[in-house]
Amino acid sequence: MEVSKIDSIIEQYGGKKSAILAILQDIQTVDKYLPKEALEYVSQKMQIPLTDIFRIATFYNALSLKPRGRHKIDVCLGTACHVRGGGKILEKLERDLGIPVGETTKDKKFTLELVRCIGCCSLGPVAVVDGKVFGRLAQDKVSTLLKEFK
Amino acid sequence: MKIGTKADLEKMREMGLKTLYPGEVKISVGMATCGLSTGADKVYETIQKEVEKAKLRMRVAQTGCIGFCQREPVVDILEPGKPRVFYQEVTPERAVELVHRWAENEVVGDWLFCKMEKEDWIGEDRFWNYTIHRIPKGLDGTPHYHQVPFYNKQLKIALRNCGFINPDHIEEYIARGGYFSLYNALFEMKSEEIIEEVKRSGLRGRGGAGFPTGNKWESCRKSKGERKFILCNADEGDPGAYMDRSVLEGDPHSVIEGMIIGAYAIGAHEGFIYVRNEYPLAIQKLRIAIQRAEEVGLLGEDILGSGFSLKINLFRGGGAFVCGESTALMASIEGKVGEPRAKHIHTTESGLWDLPSNLNNVETWNNIPVIISRGADWYSRIGTEKSKGTKVFSIVGKVNNTGLIEVPMGITLREIVYDIGGGIPDGKKFKAVQTGGPSGGCIPESLIDLPVDFDRLTEAGSMMGSGGMIVMDESTCMVDVAKYFMDFLKGESCGKCTSCREGTKRMHEILTEITEGRGKLEHIDLLEELGWVTAEASLCQLGGTAPNPVLSTIRYFKEEYREHIINKRCPAKVCRALLQYRILSNVCTSCGKCAKVCPVKAITGKRKTKKETGEPFNIDTEKCIKCGMCFEACKFEAIEVQ
Repeated sequence: MEVSKIDSIIEQYGGKKSAILAILQDIQTVDKYLPKEALEYVSQKMQIPLTDIFRIATFYNALSLKPRGRHKIDVCLGTACHVRGGGKILEKLERDLGIPVGETTKDKKFTLELVRCIGCCSLGPVAVVDGKVFGRLAQDKVSTLLKEFK
Repeated sequence: MKIGTKADLEKMREMGLKTLYPGEVKISVGMATCGLSTGADKVYETIQKEVEKAKLRMRVAQTGCIGFCQREPVVDILEPGKPRVFYQEVTPERAVELVHRWAENEVVGDWLFCKMEKEDWIGEDRFWNYTIHRIPKGLDGTPHYHQVPFYNKQLKIALRNCGFINPDHIEEYIARGGYFSLYNALFEMKSEEIIEEVKRSGLRGRGGAGFPTGNKWESCRKSKGERKFILCNADEGDPGAYMDRSVLEGDPHSVIEGMIIGAYAIGAHEGFIYVRNEYPLAIQKLRIAIQRAEEVGLLGEDILGSGFSLKINLFRGGGAFVCGESTALMASIEGKVGEPRAKHIHTTESGLWDLPSNLNNVETWNNIPVIISRGADWYSRIGTEKSKGTKVFSIVGKVNNTGLIEVPMGITLREIVYDIGGGIPDGKKFKAVQTGGPSGGCIPESLIDLPVDFDRLTEAGSMMGSGGMIVMDESTCMVDVAKYFMDFLKGESCGKCTSCREGTKRMHEILTEITEGRGKLEHIDLLEELGWVTAEASLCQLGGTAPNPVLSTIRYFKEEYREHIINKRCPAKVCRALLQYRILSNVCTSCGKCAKVCPVKAITGKRKTKKETGEPFNIDTEKCIKCGMCFEACKFEAIEVQ
């Protein structure tokens, strides 16, 4: 990731240390994860100890230190989705993609993650792919869903 | 234009009325997250293209969610001289048809779900009546909005504008009475009077704990500090609850107006709205709303020329449930990890950056403008003795009608589940309602006539929480539900207190043992003991209420625990380790569908063809992973789960 890009993100928040979460989130939108070099640079530039930055990066679920694939699938496991079979949707995806939750497929196409409620409970079970929400899922709809993302 | 006087506000209202009720056909598509997840964006585009192509004189607009999320995408049509009609489950194909039929003064009966002849402008104590002199063909027999069982018992204060206005148009919010309360508060009321009004209204915090809002404001106002902060908690983390998302996506200005009134009453000039990272659309709508409010002079320096200034910042969360706790939320805004601290000193005295800070949740803020306009006397007449007003609930799970509802406090669970929710699908038996998210508990059938308010829910071992109501039927396993919440909480515990960090983990381990057939009877006592320690020894309410899902299920469903432990049986047929799938040979038609869908090829048999008679299929229990695909695929109910 280019240093100038990080600089401009930090600049957007006036270099305020309290904006560290937002800064990391913005950096993450570029590569979909937080590369080590980027964290080191932020630490140096903003004069925040790397340990503190690492603590924040590992505390918040939205931040990831692991590279992600081209498409990110979040399966909702909120309570309503859970009682309506969200867990089965997740397992079907694990089987179809051949990876456990939290991992990325070998071809770097999909990353499978879970989310605890996106507030779409009436249409559960739901999953989010690249920000688009898919409601009223069933195990037999999963293959069709995957085909939409090439 | 900048609004400086009441006349300016009225002018803005006129502008809003022109887009709310244009002199031509207006088609609105509900485009909140629930609508979008079922394709409302495609419906919107299709209608736009069709109107253009066929050169119809129709306007296409976007709006929020009208609450009946299950029936999304919802589309409504409003034309001068006719009743407003609402269509449900609209697809792009259906949209094309209903637009053309409307042009011929006809409705498509099958997809209609109600009609409306007037709108309730509750903030102004009046109705907006549509003048009606022409009824489209086919509309007779369609129920009125208030005759639909789902809406029949509802009273919408918090959701007053959702589904009626375009959330991006501040003018439309003003048209339905918005920002007039702010005007009156700034120019006709003293800060003390506002606080007194809120106190007298009996409003209690809608985030879950139910602390009296007016008292909180008063103590923040009295606190000394060079600066004060006003905060909005939109970190709606309870799984199964989404009322704040809907309000922010459908009516963001109501929250902003409430916050400005609160800031003025308390004496704060800077504020934050802390929104969940999982709500991208809510963040977008808020950003637009704040910008528009600033542009017209309703937010920022010298609001409406009153001399009062307020800056509101938007803060996006990082996906941590614990940040919904007040002190963790404040730590997060300060740029630290979201860990709670002890609250020997209240945040109203020493909160964000150790300065007096007043935090209320989305629904609380959104109630304020109506309390100011209608007055405390009116508001406090709604609800029960100690819980005033209405509450928004998301009624979801195993119930026929799912969606967002707003009802007066004191309504019974039975009315919610059966009258509004329409009962349990597929003829199954009601088992429990889970309220209060991971901090709450499961309320059994024996308490179904319980009036819903803050105190009664707590007495029953649950709590109000932010308002999620997950209905459970006989096919929901209560031990599994307890395990689900412990799994959630052990992942979301920030780890600061050992009791919470380890307690939730151990409870989860024990529940896993029970659901996998290794449970012992003494586990029940151990769970109760662990629960007690976790609650007593944890700093914040995440740990303090963490055992509720376990304790309440033990309290009301002990038999189910014993059944798992003694007979190694899951009565709800959920706990997979205790289940076996079997094909009933006398019912099996040898269609082979089950074998086709089985991901591990555990099912074999001889398929029936035109030429040959088949043989019943069989499941190899060694290979079976109990995914349930065959059970879902079989049309003949030939697969039995034991």
